[in-house]
Amino acid sequence: MSEAKARRSDLRYRIGLNLRAVKGRSYPRIVGANREPSWIFFEAFLPLLGIAAYVFVYQFFGGQALAAITTKTTAAPWGMCGHDPCANAAAQAAAAAAVGANTNALVASVVLGGTMVAFWLNVLWSMASQLYWEKEIGNLQLYMMAPMNRMALLGGMAVGGVVMTSMRAISTLVAGVLVFGVIFQVASPLVLLAVFFATLIALYGLGMMFASLYLLWGREAWNLSALMEEPIFFSSGFYFPLGGLLRIPGWGPAIAIAGSFIPASLGLDALRQLTLGSTAFGGNFWIFDVTTELEILVGMAVLFLILARYCLAYLETLAKREGKLTSRHQ
Amino acid sequence: MSTYWRTFKTAAWLGWEMDSNWTEPWLFVLYSVIKPVAGAFILVLMYIVFVAIGRPQGDTDAFSYMYVGNSFFIFVATVLFGTFQVIQSDREWYQTIRYIYISPISYYVYILGRAASKIAVAVFAVAITLLFGAMFLGVRLHLALADVPMFLVSTVLGLAVLLAIGICLGGISFLTAKHTHGLAEGIPGLFYVFCGVLFPLSILPSWGQAIGRAIPLTYWFEITRRLIAPTITVNTTLAGFDPLTILFFLIVSSVGFFALSVLIYKVGEYFARKAGKIDMTTSY
Repeated sequence: MSEAKARRSDLRYRIGLNLRAVKGRSYPRIVGANREPSWIFFEAFLPLLGIAAYVFVYQFFGGQALAAITTKTTAAPWGMCGHDPCANAAAQAAAAAAVGANTNALVASVVLGGTMVAFWLNVLWSMASQLYWEKEIGNLQLYMMAPMNRMALLGGMAVGGVVMTSMRAISTLVAGVLVFGVIFQVASPLVLLAVFFATLIALYGLGMMFASLYLLWGREAWNLSALMEEPIFFSSGFYFPLGGLLRIPGWGPAIAIAGSFIPASLGLDALRQLTLGSTAFGGNFWIFDVTTELEILVGMAVLFLILARYCLAYLETLAKREGKLTSRHQ
Repeated sequence: MSTYWRTFKTAAWLGWEMDSNWTEPWLFVLYSVIKPVAGAFILVLMYIVFVAIGRPQGDTDAFSYMYVGNSFFIFVATVLFGTFQVIQSDREWYQTIRYIYISPISYYVYILGRAASKIAVAVFAVAITLLFGAMFLGVRLHLALADVPMFLVSTVLGLAVLLAIGICLGGISFLTAKHTHGLAEGIPGLFYVFCGVLFPLSILPSWGQAIGRAIPLTYWFEITRRLIAPTITVNTTLAGFDPLTILFFLIVSSVGFFALSVLIYKVGEYFARKAGKIDMTTSY
């Protein structure tokens, strides 16, 4: 056996090689972002505005509801508590407090959803589309010739993407607490961390799988990514508790089930339960309990990573066989 | 002038082909409708959830206000993105900017042409979203025949302002890295928050209301809502402005923003040429 072959079959060498590949691919994302100051403004500050709009929508609804409760008429001297007039001042105060609490919980839901939006967009545009993008700019053949495992390449993209996106995610959370006065009550920080990282691993595993599929789909990939923004925000409950969809008879539960295949759906549901308390919204909008959702997320993470590996190997072979590995703009 | 017109037509055709020829026409139509309708449905669900827990008697005024604003916001998101992404997609994605840029055409007009196809798609998406809202969600729309000319004029002026803002951003993007998605989310987000799209300006703090009143699109949303959904009773804080005054604002703003867009475009182009950034790529 030649010395080169012996090195390639050495497990320790291969692990080292792949770890270096992970580091090498994540490096430009982490350092590149820091070297381009305008990136911070565009990626961290501007997207907060879109989230702020949804926060103000809930505050608008809250304000309208509060006005109905506090407006006194001859038929309702203590305002309206739902469909009926409030019985007395205490009932009126209780209804107003409930509106305030619900508005805060919904605003907090938007803030958490906004945090997850950052990761989902990163998965779509910087993971799923990336191999196609690399092909377009001519890097893909270099990656394919390099001796590391392709999963190490995707792993590096994911690690770099998580670090790069964290700034936006953290900005959203900080803005939620400081600007919008959201109150989070974290009872189980360790479970919260477990859910968060299980969600991220499952999300990025999905992104790795998409990366291979996008190589096959070619030019449709960009449009597919664009298509997986608003419809996924909707079906996965990024800006409202997913259980709201279950309230709609017929198509609502179907959309919710379809949306649950995106790990962010159940991840957000669990994170909301862990930060707002399972009794928030009267406990009526949760899909499963936190433990069940964590188990499903771990299962998804494992499944997507395995599928990503197989998809990548299959599509690499297919692309080589059809001679499409380096063909651009198709 | 004929060169400008030919450039515009060719760029519009090119934009349309780039947008639509990746798939079958029926799939493209579906694709063009799903995104905005899903965007509207996010708001529908937000409303449903709030009503379920906070206001069982519902609030159709607030819902109609929000829905109409969101429908017309499709123009904002699409036209802005369709304009400022031209430079970045030619530069970073197709890497053809150097060839187009040195050809004997006006690159400014070329950008406008490329955006025209997006406007066509946006018109379709807005119409479908409004129709869906009126037919299935109880959104109260009523455009009187007498108001149609004013509606058309205000829509054209609103689009002109949007195109000019898009070119301003395009001028800036000559100098920045690959920020298409940050810009696509962020700049429309600015208008989403401050222009009374989903909620009236009165919800914002006073400094936010001042910003909103300084943006012409605020008045565009206001006049559009007054014309196509006159029964909405939400207090927008802009009741003091009559429709003709608002139209006047829009005319002045479109002229002002056009001048600004030429200025910013020229300055961005000058510095990009000086720094050798016209055809840079920043693919991390």
